[in-house]
Amino acid sequence: MGASLSIDYVSHRFTPSAAPTLKEIDARIEPGEMTALIGRSGCGKSTLLHMLAGLLIPSEGCIRVNGHQISAPSAKWNMMFQKASLYPWMTVQENASLGLLFAGHSKREATKQVDALLDMVGLHDKKKDNVQSLSGGQQQRVALARSLATNPEVLLLDEPFSALDAFTRSALQEEVPAICRERGITMVIVTHDIDEAITMADRVLVMSQNPGRIVSELPVKLPWPRRHMDVGFQTLRDELMQQFKGTDTGLSGRCAQSSQPADSKAESAA
Amino acid sequence: MSTKTSAALSAPSSGFNWLSPVLGMLGGLRYPALGITSLLAAWWFGGYLVANDPDMWAFANFAPAPTFQALYGLVASGAIWPTILSSLYRILYGLFWGIVIGVPVGVLIGYVGSAMKIANVPFQFLRMISPLAWMPIAVLAFPTWDSAIIFLIVMAAVWPIIFSTAHGVRRIDPNWFKVARNLGASELHMLRRIIMPAIMSDVLAGIRLAVGVAWVVLVPAEYLGVTSGLGYAINDARDTLSYDTLAAIVVVIGLIGYGLDSICSLLIKRFNWHVE
Repeated sequence: MGASLSIDYVSHRFTPSAAPTLKEIDARIEPGEMTALIGRSGCGKSTLLHMLAGLLIPSEGCIRVNGHQISAPSAKWNMMFQKASLYPWMTVQENASLGLLFAGHSKREATKQVDALLDMVGLHDKKKDNVQSLSGGQQQRVALARSLATNPEVLLLDEPFSALDAFTRSALQEEVPAICRERGITMVIVTHDIDEAITMADRVLVMSQNPGRIVSELPVKLPWPRRHMDVGFQTLRDELMQQFKGTDTGLSGRCAQSSQPADSKAESAA
Repeated sequence: MSTKTSAALSAPSSGFNWLSPVLGMLGGLRYPALGITSLLAAWWFGGYLVANDPDMWAFANFAPAPTFQALYGLVASGAIWPTILSSLYRILYGLFWGIVIGVPVGVLIGYVGSAMKIANVPFQFLRMISPLAWMPIAVLAFPTWDSAIIFLIVMAAVWPIIFSTAHGVRRIDPNWFKVARNLGASELHMLRRIIMPAIMSDVLAGIRLAVGVAWVVLVPAEYLGVTSGLGYAINDARDTLSYDTLAAIVVVIGLIGYGLDSICSLLIKRFNWHVE
C-alpha cells in the first residue's frame, strides 16, 4: 500500500550563505497518488525529489511519509535515477535483488522474489546476463525491478526515461504507472517533458525557478492508458504549456501561490 | 561454377577444422617467440664477445650454454628448491602484510576526503624513500634477519597498493553510493557489496605493481645476513666464482618474477568487470 507524503514549508540552500534553491514548498500527496513535478532545468525539482528520498535534508521545513519525518534514505521510499546506475560486476538478478540482501534476506529468498519481478518487466530471459550486455531500456527495467523488489510505499522517479529511445520510453511511460496503480504505490516523477507528465500522473505540479517553488497544479483526469492524440490529452497539454511558459515570465494566470508579488518579480528578473 | 564445387571450396572438410584454432594459437605466439629468440641471441652474442676477449674470458660462463647446464644441474639435484622456497616465503609474507595494511588504508583515504588530505604529503614523502634505505633501521628494529627482510618488502609493497586502492575508490561512480544508500545499505554493505567489487581490479593492479617492486627489492635485501634465498645464492655464487650458477639463478629470478606477474595479470582479468 502506498504512503502519504507531506511537504511542509520546505526551503533549501546548498550553503548557508547561498540563495535558496527551493523556497517554502508546501504540498501533500495522497497514498497511491501519482504526481508529476515539472519545471525548467535548474528549478530544483530533482533537489526536492532527493529530499523526498531522504538523500538531502531540507534547510527549513520537513518532509513526512505517513506522518513520520524523513531523516535518512530508506528502501520504503525508493528512487529511480536518470541513469540506471546498475552495478556492472553483477548479473541482472543480482542487481535486482540487492535491496533485499541489504534488508537481510537470504540470497535464495531474494532471487526467488526478484524472479517474478523480472518476469513482470520483461527480462525473464536475461536474468543471468551481465547488465553491461543490456540496452538502455532494459537497464532501466532492471532498475525498476530493483526499486520494486523492496516493496516500496513511495516510488520516486528522477527523469528516468530521458535517455531512452522513443519506443522504449513510451512503453515504460505506460508500464510504470500501471505497476504503481496495481500495487497501490505512491509515485512522484520529476520531468521536464509535459507529455510524460500527463501520460503518467494523476496530478501535475508546475515549479518555477530562482527560487524553486510550486506555482500551479493541474489534475489529470484522463482514462488509462493515455493517448497523446486524444483531445483531452491535447487540451491538458496546451493548458500545462501555458502554465509552464508562465514560470518563465512570472505571468502565470493559474498560479496556486501567485499571491506573492515579490516572488513574481524575482522570477521575472530570472 | 556449379553449386557442388563452390560448396566444396568454401567449406573445408570437417577433418581439418581443428587446425584453425591451433594455427591461430601458434600465430599468437609468433611475437613472444621472436622476443625470446632476440634476447637469447643478444645474450649468446655477448657471451661470444666475452669469451673471445683476452681480458674477460674468465667470465665466459655467463653465456647461455653454461648457464642452462648449471640450471639443469640445480633443478636435477634439487638444490634450487629450498632457495626458491625461502625467497617465495619472504615475498609472500611481505606481500600479505602489504595487502593487509595497504587495502584498508587505501579504502580509507579514497573514501574519506579529509583522510586523503591528511595522508597525502606524508605518504608521498615515505613512498619516495627507497625501501633499501630502511635497511639499517630494519636491522636495529627487528630481532631476526628474516623479519628485517620482510619489513623491507612490506615497505616496498605497501605504497602501490595504497595508492592504487585509493585511486580505485575515488573513481567509483557516486551514483552507485547513492543507489546503495537508497536501497538501505549499511556502511558494511557498502564496503562488501559495492566498494570492494568495484575496486577489485584496481587493488589487483596495485598488488601487481607491488609484486614487481618487492621482487626487485628482495634480492638485495637477501644480501643481508641471511643464509638462504635467491639473493644469498647470487652472493654465494659470486664469492665462489661460479658464474654459470650465478647466471642460472638470475634466470630463475626472472622466471619466478614473470610467473608472479602472470598470476597477477590473470587475477586482474578474472576480477575485471569492464566489458572489453
